[in-house]
Amino acid sequence: MAQHHGAPDDGKTHMFDKPQNVARVRYALYALCGISILAEVFVHRHVDHPWEALPLFYCLYGFAACVILVLIAKEMRKVLMRDEEYYDE
Amino acid sequence: MSSVAPFLVFFIGAALVVGTSGILRSLVMLAIPVVGAVNLYMLPADASHVVPLLGYELELIKVDKLSLLFGYLFHLAAFLGIVFSLHVDDRVQHVSGLLYAGSALGAVFAGDLLTLFLFWELLAVTSVFLILARGTERSYGAAMRYLLIQVGSGVILLAGIAMHWTATGSTAIAQIGLQDWSSGLAGIASWLLLFAIGIKACFPLLHNWLTDAYPEATPTGTVFLSAFTTKVAVYTLARTFAGTELLVYIGAGMAMFPIFFAVIENDLRRVLAYSLINQVGFMVVGIGIGTALAVNGAVSHAFNDVIFKGLLFMSMGAVLYRTGKMNGSELGGLYKTMPWTAGFCMVGAASISAFPLFSGFVSKSMVMVAALEEHHPYVWLALLFASAGVFHHAGIKIPYFAFFAHDSGLRPKEAPLNMLIAMGLAAAICIFNGCYPWLLYSMLPNPVDYEPYTAAHVLTQTQLLFFSALAFVWLQLKGLYPPELPGINIDAEWSYRKGLPAVGRWAHKAAAAVRAEWLGVRGRIIEQVNAGIYRLHGPDGVFGRTWPTGRMAFWTTLMLGAYVILSYV
Repeated sequence: MAQHHGAPDDGKTHMFDKPQNVARVRYALYALCGISILAEVFVHRHVDHPWEALPLFYCLYGFAACVILVLIAKEMRKVLMRDEEYYDE
Repeated sequence: MSSVAPFLVFFIGAALVVGTSGILRSLVMLAIPVVGAVNLYMLPADASHVVPLLGYELELIKVDKLSLLFGYLFHLAAFLGIVFSLHVDDRVQHVSGLLYAGSALGAVFAGDLLTLFLFWELLAVTSVFLILARGTERSYGAAMRYLLIQVGSGVILLAGIAMHWTATGSTAIAQIGLQDWSSGLAGIASWLLLFAIGIKACFPLLHNWLTDAYPEATPTGTVFLSAFTTKVAVYTLARTFAGTELLVYIGAGMAMFPIFFAVIENDLRRVLAYSLINQVGFMVVGIGIGTALAVNGAVSHAFNDVIFKGLLFMSMGAVLYRTGKMNGSELGGLYKTMPWTAGFCMVGAASISAFPLFSGFVSKSMVMVAALEEHHPYVWLALLFASAGVFHHAGIKIPYFAFFAHDSGLRPKEAPLNMLIAMGLAAAICIFNGCYPWLLYSMLPNPVDYEPYTAAHVLTQTQLLFFSALAFVWLQLKGLYPPELPGINIDAEWSYRKGLPAVGRWAHKAAAAVRAEWLGVRGRIIEQVNAGIYRLHGPDGVFGRTWPTGRMAFWTTLMLGAYVILSYV
């Protein structure tokens, strides 16, 4: 349970210790985003609702939803956040 | 008939666990869900077991496709939970987990409302030990609040059942549906029943017992807890309130609001607790829509959720067990020494996020398609928002802050073998259901006419998820992402943990002030009365003076004289 500073693997470099590997993951994501946009041209999208037919609807909605979610949550933190011992008093 | 009521296998098993220890106990525990599943398989479709109780007949077994699906699911969940907790040397937790799983089985096979009530209460009483066993002051408080609220839900359920029984003469577990208040007893009964189920299902504002108690349970206890209580509520809702439109909006609210709390929550198991409510929201929407597709979606998502949410709670349980820490602000970099746990966690994350080939993909979308088909486009938008949000907080945040992010310097050992096996099995089921949903589909209550793997569905879902991930990366690079900070966030529980006590203290203070005021007034009155008495009877008072005897004789003579005169008049 204790912290294992100086455990046997210390000194060993792990995959994400190298910044270039972190960057590679990022570039892979950018590539996947690009491919999924391109695929929209070739895949016939069956739609149940006219909103879905808007170009790049899911891309934009997904991105915007997450940004809005995080920005609102950050504001909520200002109101809701308390110390860890808040209820223990 | 060679089969018994499904809950009995677990109750008898729990008794055996009390009397055994070591390897034997482990074997008995592993055998219980296996024997139970065989027993369930052998259970004839018309099985019935009626127990007389005070002139009433409790119907312990009623089997149909819906109860069978939940029955198998609960056996599977119990098996995974048992494997995950085999290393624990605490008889109380083992017995509690088995009785709890048995109670859940009792509830889904209950043939009448009173039997349901019995197991509804047993769910609360048996599971509380999984929270108490953590042994901290905080877990004790959370356990007591949990018990109070859960038992309270049962009491409301019983009141609803009694009214429903009086109004309709029936205690059958069948479609009840919401009725008008003004329609008399049956109407009030339907609202009470929905309220009672709503507490267990975590309707908004009734949800806080879950996010309060589940993160305070033991590393293995939370795995059990996450599987049963809310899913029994989902099952009961599907039985009694399918097609109730109000549920569509309640469910959408449940899918939406927890994701905001999840983003800013530091305790990673509490993040998962919020995300549990978010997933149950999808199920509640499906039940509210009530079409064959929607109910199939709700039920199949309940199945998948038990497994992937269990897997996520297992991975965090393993981290807690190995590091003793659960706050995102204190974790990070654990992939270096817990690679298997990290990998399994990511399978769970992909499943809850509904990536193609993972289980969430084949079930959640049924509810979404049904929402559009039944003309709830705004609810659909809300669910889509929640889908992006769940990927954000459960899909990315959980694995990222536990296993990657900044290196916490912690170098714990990989999880114990039994934990790894349990996580591996759960991960395999997530992938199996994602790649081959037909087995799950064949168990659903309604015939399935749904094809998850269309080019359009795969494309739109991957677009949604990739761009959600892109948003995460962008927010991180811009420094806009809220850092993991030590602290808690107040939620509806504030009302009863701070608000109510504050009202109580205020009332006490007000009462004390009134009393002090009254005492003051009373004191002054008494003082004045005393002063009056003193004035009259004191040393100088008119009654206090000493009177000469002569004056007494004078007055007596005067009175006698007056009497004599008057008698002659």
